[in-house]
Amino acid sequence: MMFSGIISKRSSVIRYIAIAGLTILLACNILELGGTRFFNFDVHKMLVFDSFGLLFNSIALASTLIFVLLSGRDMEKVGVHVAEYYALIFFILCGVSVASSFNTLLMLFLGIEIISIPLYILTGSDKRNLKSNEASLKYFLMGAFSTGLMLMGIALIYGAQGNFMIGYGAKTLSPLMSAGLLLLLFSMAFKVSAAPFHFWTPDVYDGAPTVFTSFMATVVKAAAFIAFIRLFSGSFGNVQPQWQLMVALITAATLLVGNITAVFQQSVKRMLAYSSIAQAGFMMFALVALNNKASEGLIFYTAAYCLATIGVFAILIKMKDYTFEGFNGLAKTHPVLAGTNAIFLLSLAGIPATAGFMAKFYMLSAAVDDGHVLWLVILGVVCAAISVYYYFRVIQAMYFKEGEAQEIETTPAFRGLLIGIAIIVIVLGIFPQWLIDNLYYFIPDL
Amino acid sequence: MIPVLLIVIPLLSGCISFFLKNETTARLWALVSTLITLTVSVLGVTYFTSNPQWITDVEWIPSLGSRFSVAGDGMGKLLSMLTAVSFPIIFIATYKSSYQKANQFYAFMLLSQAGLMGVFLSIDALLFYFFWELALIPAYFLCSIWGGERRIPVTFKFFIYTFIASLLMLVAIIYMYSKTPDHSFALNSFYNVKLSYQEESWLFWLFFIAFAVKMPIFPFHTWQPDTYEQSPTATTMVLSGIMVKMGVFGMIRWLVPILPTATWAWGDTVSTLCIFGMIYASLIAIQQDDLKRLIAYSSIAHIGLMCLAIFATNEMSMQGVMIQMFNHGINIIGLWIVVELIERQFKTRKLSELGGLAQKAPVLAILLVVVSLANTALPLTNAFIGEFLMFSGIFSSVATKYNIVFAATAGISIILSAIYTLNMIQKVFYGNTNSITVAAKDIRLNEKMILGIIVIGILVIGVYPKPILEITQGTVESILSRMVTKQP
Repeated sequence: MMFSGIISKRSSVIRYIAIAGLTILLACNILELGGTRFFNFDVHKMLVFDSFGLLFNSIALASTLIFVLLSGRDMEKVGVHVAEYYALIFFILCGVSVASSFNTLLMLFLGIEIISIPLYILTGSDKRNLKSNEASLKYFLMGAFSTGLMLMGIALIYGAQGNFMIGYGAKTLSPLMSAGLLLLLFSMAFKVSAAPFHFWTPDVYDGAPTVFTSFMATVVKAAAFIAFIRLFSGSFGNVQPQWQLMVALITAATLLVGNITAVFQQSVKRMLAYSSIAQAGFMMFALVALNNKASEGLIFYTAAYCLATIGVFAILIKMKDYTFEGFNGLAKTHPVLAGTNAIFLLSLAGIPATAGFMAKFYMLSAAVDDGHVLWLVILGVVCAAISVYYYFRVIQAMYFKEGEAQEIETTPAFRGLLIGIAIIVIVLGIFPQWLIDNLYYFIPDL
Repeated sequence: MIPVLLIVIPLLSGCISFFLKNETTARLWALVSTLITLTVSVLGVTYFTSNPQWITDVEWIPSLGSRFSVAGDGMGKLLSMLTAVSFPIIFIATYKSSYQKANQFYAFMLLSQAGLMGVFLSIDALLFYFFWELALIPAYFLCSIWGGERRIPVTFKFFIYTFIASLLMLVAIIYMYSKTPDHSFALNSFYNVKLSYQEESWLFWLFFIAFAVKMPIFPFHTWQPDTYEQSPTATTMVLSGIMVKMGVFGMIRWLVPILPTATWAWGDTVSTLCIFGMIYASLIAIQQDDLKRLIAYSSIAHIGLMCLAIFATNEMSMQGVMIQMFNHGINIIGLWIVVELIERQFKTRKLSELGGLAQKAPVLAILLVVVSLANTALPLTNAFIGEFLMFSGIFSSVATKYNIVFAATAGISIILSAIYTLNMIQKVFYGNTNSITVAAKDIRLNEKMILGIIVIGILVIGVYPKPILEITQGTVESILSRMVTKQP
């Protein structure tokens, strides 16, 4: 991918190559999920490609494909090094697939780092923009720090159990092990922007070019979650009672911080940044509960969340004015954009008949099944209600307020694709079974 | 088959309506679609009454144990018929009103009809919740786009209120679900759940708040007068005629039989809230100058009585609630039609600015008087049957020690309702004409016909309520068999 820039100077060719590459990857992945084996590397059990990881990879690839199709053109406006942007995104995807199928802590570390380093670059890719540079530096410093914590944690766990494999399932917590667990918990919480490790998120999301924010907030965050739950269910599943309360508290803090702060935002982009923290809070439910339903739910949640968020961002990129007022009267001038945006926002808010509802439903019912954290469920519900406030502000602006017509150029393909995503969001909301079934199609265990 | 048709016809025609260009086409399309629904519903109640025709049960989300199961028992049949009857009435009565983006208006109306049908017919908790919210979203858009001046904040309040309450119900549903022996959302599995008293109490309040907000019961009613006032009248009719019945219905189907012990234990508390709300709403209604607000508050009082009757737990009170749900729907839609007519002609709803209409518009006056008297439950009108049954049920209730107190205080609200209704009739129709009403014209033929049909319905049910009572007999018996009237 990196060298495609040498072959052609025209950015459209690069985009088509990227799309073709993604399509091939996606097709391979889905076939693999269906049981077809392509290559058989000996990975010394460092990586395990089970249906959970593969299904997530398919979701991540599909989301990226949609992302490139929708926002590829806008990516080209960020700067001149278009081929590099695509290359970095492919690196990230490589990291994503490592992070979703790791079986040793080393691979986890590698995966997370392969994801992070290209992201630092992408954040700062708008070189002439001070905010973008600031965001990049901030992200890098904080990210490096959390990486340090993670390495430290891995080292301690190595000390405790004598190897890097996950799935040994410590029966009791030795002091070394618990220190390692805490460090890993904190560093992963940082990667998924859970409170109180979320402070980088709004600034980085706001400062980064909007196209890359979209990617960062969806595929990358989802991958970090998948790694998170893989790590904790594999390594620390047996000692869940010891850390459950701590994770529950982090979840509660994340929900509260994300939702309440999002209410006060004036810019839709910043609102989405906080909303992504809030959504992370909901995904944390899976970790708190850590049962079968939770992993089903997390896969579903990532799909629902990625689709809707990519859609909202794709529309946001087209807007010139990122404030809520910028959306005034959009329904009159651009009914398709407004209509699909409304569906995405409804999905993010978790209204029935959209994928977002089913996702939230899975999370809540996983937590209720667990039985220890009913207070968290009630809190989650209250926060979901708060989230309606800020998501609906955009809908109100689009539909019920008058505004000046903005010049927004969209191609019919763009609109068609948006409608397509909106339909997928609704279909997933009504028939969630289609996605969930795939999880058990190939290998029935996590 | 019939429940599916009742849900799918409005759903599909609603979706199609988004793509219609012309206002007249959209209006006609909506009317035809609702008439078809009405035909299906009437045929279902009268002719295809066998069970297989009223039950559909197919796989939906097997991994969760939720099925797409819809069925119509007596109560479901009655309320789906109310929904089917109301929509054509609403569309014909507001046929002359013109809306911007009419295709979307009718689309949202039809979608809300689909949601309502689903609520009344589903016997799977998750499906029920689905439709419960689905009925809300179109209502939100209807009020926010086509409402009055303060529509955006008012509707938002309404939405947040009901949404929070529904989410609480969702928690209760999930909790019940996790306790079911066979991990399913079916109503019958919910019946078989064994819970401790403490759990039941918690769940009771989670469910109750959701239904109480919808109905609305004091102190959850504050969204209602504002929303009724600001919504376009056609939507207000849906909200007050049918949507509040979702609350009553939900209570009878999903709360009372599932959590019988908590229902009995908290019955007195809820009844006190109802009584308080009834008196309070009636007193406010007397003070109102705006016709819409007056009717809104009177609706709170009437719904309070229904809720009170549910907790009286005997056959008479339950039958009263059933028939009154239907009657109240018809009557209040009649009242709104009159309000709409008055507002369209005089551009005002203020009692103080109207007067002397009886001389100018005699037909309107007669019809309004009948509808409003039905609203105060005068004998010979339909509401009399319902309220009589409810009152005698409350009076003879053995579920509570305070049955006489409840019946007596609830009786006061009936007197109060006579005061505000007669006051309204007098201020609108009698007295001297003023500069606004001097040029009044009587109503047109289609309006006469619709109001005429409503009035005939009121009188027929008032004299011969037996068919309706027969429809709901079975439901009432099966629900009462699950309830308790003394300490278990």
